[in-house]
Amino acid sequence: MCFTQNFWSFFIGGIANGFLYALIALGYTLVYGVLQLINFAHSEVFMSGGFAGYFVINAVIGQSSPHGLASVGLIVLGTAAGAVGGAVVAYLLERVAYRPLRRRKAPRLAFLISAIGASYFLYNLAGKEFGRNGYSLPFLFPFQTGITVFGTAIQTYWVVIAIAAMIMLLLLDRIVAATRLGRGIRAVAQDAETASLMGVNIDRVIAQTFILGGILGGAAGFLFGISSGVVYSMGFTPALKAFTAAVLGGIGNIRGAMLGGLVLGVAENMGVICAPTEWRDVVAFGILVAVLIIRPTGILGERLGRSA
Amino acid sequence: MSAVASTTLTLFRSAKQSAHVRRGVACILGLLVLAVMTGPSGSNTAPVAGFTGSLFHSRVFIFLGIGVGLWALITVWNLWGEAIRRTNDSLLTLPRRLLPDRRVRLVIYAALLAVAIILPLHVNAFWQDVLVDQIGIYVLLAIGLNVVVGYAGLLDLGYIAFYAIGAYSTAFWTGALPVHPPMVLNAFWAIPFAIGTAMLSGVLIGAPTLRLRGDYLAIVTLGFGEIIQIVATNLQGVTGGSQGVSAIPHPDVNLPGIHYSWLIDPLPYYYLLLVFVVAALIAYSFLEHSRVGRAWTAIREDEVAAQSSGINVLKYKIMAFAIGASTSGFAGMLEASKISFIEPGDFTVQLSILILVLVIFGGMGSLLGAVVGAAFLQWFPWYLKEHPMFGFQDQDLYIYLGAILVLTMIFRPEGLIPSRRRKREFGLAEHGLGTADAMSGTTDPVP
Repeated sequence: MCFTQNFWSFFIGGIANGFLYALIALGYTLVYGVLQLINFAHSEVFMSGGFAGYFVINAVIGQSSPHGLASVGLIVLGTAAGAVGGAVVAYLLERVAYRPLRRRKAPRLAFLISAIGASYFLYNLAGKEFGRNGYSLPFLFPFQTGITVFGTAIQTYWVVIAIAAMIMLLLLDRIVAATRLGRGIRAVAQDAETASLMGVNIDRVIAQTFILGGILGGAAGFLFGISSGVVYSMGFTPALKAFTAAVLGGIGNIRGAMLGGLVLGVAENMGVICAPTEWRDVVAFGILVAVLIIRPTGILGERLGRSA
Repeated sequence: MSAVASTTLTLFRSAKQSAHVRRGVACILGLLVLAVMTGPSGSNTAPVAGFTGSLFHSRVFIFLGIGVGLWALITVWNLWGEAIRRTNDSLLTLPRRLLPDRRVRLVIYAALLAVAIILPLHVNAFWQDVLVDQIGIYVLLAIGLNVVVGYAGLLDLGYIAFYAIGAYSTAFWTGALPVHPPMVLNAFWAIPFAIGTAMLSGVLIGAPTLRLRGDYLAIVTLGFGEIIQIVATNLQGVTGGSQGVSAIPHPDVNLPGIHYSWLIDPLPYYYLLLVFVVAALIAYSFLEHSRVGRAWTAIREDEVAAQSSGINVLKYKIMAFAIGASTSGFAGMLEASKISFIEPGDFTVQLSILILVLVIFGGMGSLLGAVVGAAFLQWFPWYLKEHPMFGFQDQDLYIYLGAILVLTMIFRPEGLIPSRRRKREFGLAEHGLGTADAMSGTTDPVP
């Protein structure tokens, strides 16, 4: 009954959200692939991307609103700035919170704790430096809704997110499948020790993996910021959901993360049709627990990276 | 121009090769970060004021100076490090070597207990409140989380959720919630219910997730901690919603022969808390050296080996989780009935991380470490609040806590007062033997 009203609006909105989750989830899944560790600080990579995008856009146009080609250019610019911001933070994270522990062959618990520490450090430092109130980005395009599908007006930023995310996902898929870097990542994911015997520089591959995840996460931060603004605490919830998406698709599995993101985005919005919006996060969390109980290896299974 | 670029590049390359230079750069960068951390805050209207105010200000030279000093210190350490390390270790293990005799140790513990009993009588009302709300409660929480993280090697990031469950079930059984219990109890008799509910929810959350790899447990508990807060905020009819619950009665005992009421004075709560802290310390220290404690150690050191030696891994993990949860539930009950008011905002994920820092800083698996670490880390920010230095602000506390976590893990993963066994495990893990945690289910090292 409750499915009839606004069905398409929620469905398409869910797909747009799903693309965002997929971008963030890839950061988890890539790092998981090479280290078999969950990067708890990925939410802060996302947040840094949001802030980097905001500051660049703000410096370029202030609060004026562009249109036409300028909108497209600004979105590309902001996404690129977010990607750079995310990549820098992800690299620093690897250098400071992970590499010293890896050198010492520390137990896994140590990695998780140090990542959580780094996450809280960045989270609260951003809160201190940028203030604890949110910033909203200027409107980057003159119209809020453009196309109409099934009688529903489609939000323009949904289209922006979907297109930007699709381009990045395709690029990433190609990078992992067909480049030297991708081969390195797959080799380390498969068997780090053997890879190092074959002349793969593990430290470098791991750093590059973090950077790659950071690029996607940071870009997602900016895309998220277009509609929701940026604030120091913006990372927590999307990152928790993206993690759910990564697990849902099969953690360590790149295509799984993309699929999981879309499924989660849609499922969560479908849940919201029937329950009040405050329960959205509870729906996502319920999905996570259900997946862990029923099929902990996810839809596509873990670590397809081994054979892909 | 290109000559400059190539010179810079050469300098950079040679710098990369020299460990001294690299360490110097790390020291300077670290201290610059510290300068930003302790510097002024930014705001929406001036988003870079925090950076400019701390980096382009004369105070940055102080930090640069300290950075150079630190670098010199590290260089000295590298020259005579072995000797210093030995002295350091012998100082830190001094109490243990001096106290091989059980009786001597008991006397010392009794003396510490006496201090804990007498101390609150000689501080003012403000510090008495801090002693209960900030130090005592957190010492108890740290002791409880120590069982989960320290003994069983499981990472629980939603520990405060059980505290919330204890607090809300106290509110329920005392009739303070909008929904009414079958019979209204006074807060004292709600203790077993609070503990039981928290323990039960620990089992319910733990049973499905503890089968999986440990990092899933971490993220599920993190989500659970957040969900508890959302549920408490949104289930208006049951929990009172974001307004919170007020008028939770203070506990009182009404037995034939014993009549006592706890009121708003913090001291009686302090002593009630002290009784439970001491009871928990004694119980957990027995537990550590019992069959159960040995099973936890085995699971943490090598889960596969433990399983093949016939240890029911899941059972012992759930047991650790439930014991931790019930301790947290008791703390929640006590705090709810002391303050008489709870709201969902009291149970943030940040607090779960805070308790984790207390345990990690003190030393995983070490009861003394948990107590000392918690007492120190909870006392110090309040001291800073009373005597503000460097413009210390409440909200900045978590920046330092995050940094403490990272630095502890890098430089002293076994914590301030390490448990002997834990320290050995970290050492062994570094040589590729065992795992020192129950995170993986396998012994795969991190590449």
